[in-house]
Parts: sequence; C-alpha cells; structure tokens
Amino acid sequence: MININILKPTSANFQTYLYIGSGLILISIFDVFLRSFFNLNFSTSLPGILNFFLPLIIGLIGFQMIRLEYSGNRIVDKINQSVNNNTFNAGLTLVIIFLTLLVIPPALNWMIFEATISGDTKEACATTEGACWTYIKVWFRRFMYGMYPNDFHWRINTAFIALIGFAFVGYFMRGKLKNYITFYYAIFYPIIAFIIINFLISGGSFGLEWVETNAWGGLSLTFIVSFFGLIFCFPLGMILALGRRSELPVIRYISIGYIEFWRGVPLITVLFMSSVMFPMFLPSDAFVDKLIRVIAAIILFEAAYVAEVIRGGLQALPRGQYDAAKSLGMSYWKMQIFVILPQALKLVIPGIANTFLALVKDTPLIFVVGLSEVVGMLQMAKTNPKWLGYAMEGYIFASILFWAICYAMSKYSQYLELKYKTDR
Amino acid sequence: MNHRIKSIVPQLLTLLFVVAVIGFFTINAQLNMDERGIDFGYGFLSQESSFDVQFSLIEYDGSHSYAKAYLVGLLNTILVSVLGIIFCTIIGVIVGIARLSPNYLIRNTAAWYVEFFRNVPLLLQIFFWYYAALRALPLPENTEPLFGVTYLTVKGYYIPRFIWENFDILIYSILAAVISIVFIRNYARKLQEEKGQQLPVLLISVGIILIFPAITFVTGMVQLEVALPVLKQLSKTSFIYAEGLSVPPELLALVLALSLYTATFVAECVRAGVQGVSKGQKEAAASIGLTPNQILKLVVMPQALRIIIPPTTNQYLNLTKNSSLAAAIAYPDLVLVFAGTALMQTGRAIEIVSITMLTYLTLSLAISLLMNWYNKKIAIKEK
Repeated sequence: MININILKPTSANFQTYLYIGSGLILISIFDVFLRSFFNLNFSTSLPGILNFFLPLIIGLIGFQMIRLEYSGNRIVDKINQSVNNNTFNAGLTLVIIFLTLLVIPPALNWMIFEATISGDTKEACATTEGACWTYIKVWFRRFMYGMYPNDFHWRINTAFIALIGFAFVGYFMRGKLKNYITFYYAIFYPIIAFIIINFLISGGSFGLEWVETNAWGGLSLTFIVSFFGLIFCFPLGMILALGRRSELPVIRYISIGYIEFWRGVPLITVLFMSSVMFPMFLPSDAFVDKLIRVIAAIILFEAAYVAEVIRGGLQALPRGQYDAAKSLGMSYWKMQIFVILPQALKLVIPGIANTFLALVKDTPLIFVVGLSEVVGMLQMAKTNPKWLGYAMEGYIFASILFWAICYAMSKYSQYLELKYKTDR
Repeated sequence: MNHRIKSIVPQLLTLLFVVAVIGFFTINAQLNMDERGIDFGYGFLSQESSFDVQFSLIEYDGSHSYAKAYLVGLLNTILVSVLGIIFCTIIGVIVGIARLSPNYLIRNTAAWYVEFFRNVPLLLQIFFWYYAALRALPLPENTEPLFGVTYLTVKGYYIPRFIWENFDILIYSILAAVISIVFIRNYARKLQEEKGQQLPVLLISVGIILIFPAITFVTGMVQLEVALPVLKQLSKTSFIYAEGLSVPPELLALVLALSLYTATFVAECVRAGVQGVSKGQKEAAASIGLTPNQILKLVVMPQALRIIIPPTTNQYLNLTKNSSLAAAIAYPDLVLVFAGTALMQTGRAIEIVSITMLTYLTLSLAISLLMNWYNKKIAIKEK
C-alpha cells in the first residue's frame, strides 16, 4: 500500500491544499477540453497509456488534496459530500465529466452547427457533414399524417381539436350535471369520439371524400390507436379485475383464463392473429376494417394488463372497507362503484399510467398488418430512393417525439397521484 | 334459495356468453375452411419445408421438415432471450445501484439513462441500432481489431471460436466441483452450528471450481484450440472474416436494444428493492456488531432480493415476449420463421398462429409457476 498521507490535507494547511488541488482538477478538465474541442494534446511525449490516463491521474490527485471532512468553505464541503466522498467516487466523477466533454462537441456539431435545414431537396445536404434536418422538414407532413391526402389534413386537425374540446366538457359540468360525469366519460364520450373520427377522418358522407384506412398513418394514427385503446381497455380491464376477485367460481376462472392467456403471448402474435386468423373466424361475407381489427386486438390485449394492475389495488384495500359497505346494506355493484373502486383506482394510478405508456409505445407494432404510424413512415421514407442515407436523423426525430409524449404522460400521472392522495 | 339463484344466474349467463362466442367462431372457421377446401390438421409439420434460414443453431436447410424449422425459430428466440436477460441484468443492477449513489453526477446520469431509454418504443430502438448505428460500422477489410482478436464490422461481429476436444469431460469436472462445493458448504454450516468454527468457504469454493477443470487440462484429457477470425476475400470487393464465429448484425442489434430497454426496468426494480429494506434493519445489524460486509450479505441482500426478484422475473418474461420484434429486422426467430415464412408457404393460419401463441404461453406460464413457487418459498412467515 502506497502511503499517500502527503496528499491528505489538515485544517491547518487546507488553504494551500485547496489552491493546488483545485488547480490540478482544473488542469485535468482543461486538458480533456483541449483534446476534445481543439484536438490539442500536450503530453504526447509520454508513453501511450500514461498519456491517455494523465488527466484522470492529475484530477484524482487534485480531488484527494481537497478532501477534508469539514473545511469551513461551503462550496468545498458541498463538493466533498456529493461527488468526492472517496477515491472511487472521485474517479467516477472525473470519468463522467471527461465523457461529457468528449461526446458533446461532436454531437453538437452534428446536430446543430454543421446541420442543414434549408432547401427542399437532398442536394441541400450534400455539402455538409452534419445532420440533414431538411429531410425531416420535407417529410414532416408524412410523419404526422401518413399517406392521408394533403388537401384533407384539416379534417384530421379539426377532429383532434374537437376530441380535445369534448374531453374538457367534464370540467364545465357543474351542479346537477356533475352526477352524470362518469356516465359521460364512460359511455357518451367514446361514442362521440367514434362518430367524429368516422365522419370527419374517414369521411364518405356530408360531402367529405372517403379516405380508406390504409392511407391513414403517421403520428395521427398513433393517437387514434392509443386513444381508442385507452378509453376501451380501461372499463374492460376493470370488469376483468372484478371478475378475478369474484366469489362465483365460473366467473373467476373465466377471468383468470382470459387474463393469463393474453398476458402470456406477445402483442405481435396477437396482431398476426387479428390479420391472418381472425377473418377465418367471421362469416365469409362479413368484412371488418383492418384498423378496427387492430384496435380491437390491442384493447383485448392491454385490458388483461389493466386488469392485473387494478386487481393489485383491490387487494391492497383493507377488508374493513368491504365489511363496512356490506353492513350498510349495499348491493354488490353499489359497494364496488361507490366504495371499493374509487379507493382502489386511486391507489393504482402509477400502474395504470405505466400500462397506458406501454400501450402508446406498442402502437408502432401495427406495422405487422401493414399500417404505418410514425416509425412505419420512417421506414418508408428511409427506403425512398430520393432520400437514401438519412435513417439516423429520422430515428432521432422520432425518439424525441415519443420521449416527449411518454415523459409528459408520466409527469401527468405523478401530478394526478399527488392530487388524489387523500391520506395524511 | 334466493341467494343460490342470485349466484347461479350470472355464472350461467357468463358461461353461455363465452360458449356462444367460441361456438360462433368455430362454426365460421369450419364453414370458411370447407369453402376453401382446407382441412384442419397438424400433418403439415412433417412435410418438407423447402426454405432456408440465414442463421441457425442446429443443422437445417430446405430439405428438413416444418417441425425442424419451428425448432430453429424457437432456439433462435431462446438464444436472443438468454443473451438479453444476461446483459439486461448486468446493466440493470449497475444502473439501479448507481441511482442510489451518494455521487450527484452518477445518480443523475443513471436517472437520465432510465428516463430516456424506457420512454422510447422498443421497435424504434431496434431500428435505430440495426439501420443507423450498426450500419455506420466499417467494412470488414477496414476494421481495426477490438480487444485484439475480435472484429466489429458492418457485416457482423467476428469473434474467435473455441474448438473443444472431449468437451463432455470438462462439463463433468465442473459438475463434480459444484457437487463437492455443496457438500463442503453443508459441512461448514454444521461445523459452525455445532462448534462455532468457521471455514473459509468462499476461498475453498473458488479453489475447487478452478482446480477441477484445470486438472482435466493438465492431464491432457480436454484440449482447447482457438480459431481466430481471418480476413478472407470472397470476390473482388467483398471480404469476410472466416474461421471464427460470426454474430449477425440482426442478433447484435436485437440484443443491444432489448437489454438496454429492459435494463431500465430492472434498474427500477433493483432500486426499489434496496430502498425497501428499512433503515432500522441496517442499524439493528450494526448494533449487534456485524461488519458492513456481513450486513450487506446477511441482512440487506436477503430482504432486498425478496422484493427485487418477482418484478424482475416479470421483466425477463417481457423481454422474452418482446424478442418477437425480431421479425421486424428479419432475425429468424420463432415469429419470423414459423408465423412468417412457414405460414406464407402453407397458408395454415389457424394451426400455425395457435402453435406460436401456445409456445409463448407455455414459456410464460412455466416461468410464472416457477415464480409463484419461489415466492411462496421465500415469503416471510407471519402470523
């Protein structure tokens, strides 16, 4: 063991140690900074491995020199506590700082400084090494609306605005109307949504031209699929959860069988089933649209997961709640609707949110049946002979898009969790 | 009487509903198949498949049967899942512990990793690795070796291949080592309980597991040769590395995406588990004089594992099911080989989709049963 007591500060000589230590840390960071930004390396005369690790060694010595339990200087104390409490942590800190310095400049260069966004053709990007955001700009409408005819994009926009508008109606239901709020969201709203999407986006009547579902696509299709998935899989999942907790054996076993079956198979095989096997199960003259089949498959699939989450909430409720409700003479449904479910659902908000997030993240899988939402459109754009070679830009764009949607959803669920937290 | 009717009527109605739905589907399927002149049956499994699969763990070509093609797909699925599970556990545990680190930078880096990778659809991540990241790798002839003997190229990852002689003897020696370690552990436990003496069990175990296989090498019973990848010219512009083992880029992309995605969930399970052990437990352990290592080994880990293992197994199951996304980048897994190519050729939708789903169902149910059994075993016995 090497004795490194010489590097250990005491409170008497801490000032000197602090100056030398922080100087060394700054030198090490500055060295990596020069290597990364200006490609300068001052220690090339040293042997390769020493040259490579030199900043790390200098930085570690620097951190060693400023490590003191209580120094009196607030900033130094904070650094010592959070990133410098032992040699291992100091090393990791340095590695993270160095990696950031090494990764950020090329990434920024590629994404911003050398990137192109002007022009409408591939030629605009030919001159630079950076990202070609022109590609995203040109294809933006396709990524949002799929192959839906350009002239009719206003129909999709109007439909979504209307859907959001109707979703907010609940906020304005006051007084007597407030009793019907659940009824509105559970039954009335899905019907309105279906009518809007059927007449406005699909068209075919009221002078609107009919657009077949094959042409739908892009982010709007992601929204449509996840929207119907969300509003229908929730009630189905609730019924299944109650069924699984039921005292009636037939209902219980059917629910268990249903849930375990759907949870045991991958979604992709379910979608396969909906596209190749399901038509065999219908009368030969019956025709169900591909999109409806896919949405139905997703609903049936996700309902099993929702059911398991809600069951967790039901099990977490103390028995006393059931006993109290029964002793008041409530019937089974009254007990569930007014006492059990409101409390259980409140408990499982994070779980439900996770299931919904999974649903949104699963929508790209509908490529199996030939529908293309954002990721599907990316694959289509990527193979377009005019725009070969810009796969990376597309994937980064879509990742940021999905990340933003999912992150917003998870933050909203955390807000809801806090809002409905009633106990202490 | 009233009560009995009340409980029988809903059950009867549900049963009737389920039977009606199933009956409706079966009758329609029967009619449809009669109309198209197909007969239901699994006889096609023994027919010649006459399609090739690019990547197979067992010997297979077009002259083999559909059943063999199914086996090829299943083995490829299992390969991806096992590799994914190993890597996602390693990454997940590291990230999960990093999220609890006192170091501000490490904690937040880990948190950002989790927040980013789990909020991007898995399919997108698979596409990213396969079509963007791995396509940026150099051609075989321009590749610099990685770790000296492996080559990461756009055509796949070439690694050395081990050629064993008498491999089974090595396996037996390892088995013998494991069995003797179990005996020694039991003996050590007995010794401690009866006389209070402690044996250096870990040291002895490591010694045995190294020495036993080493003996087989020294005596020359087992021999090992390493075949390094060598650059080989196929045509004027096309090169590959021969001799060694080649990992196709599809498998690489899939394992990368699956393990990086699932690791975020494993990391959250690990974090929850370690946080779930109450502080009092650690303090109590410290106050009866256990060393920090003993506290971790005897008090914290047994309790944390009880919280960590059930949700983590769930994640492993998810990973196995998600591996079916392989079909999107043409990695020949069960879904692509069987529910894709074989279905196209035979047109037997019902049989093939049902077999595929049943396979996944069996895998999942087997793992859940195992889990339930394990959960019962480790549950704290409370009044």
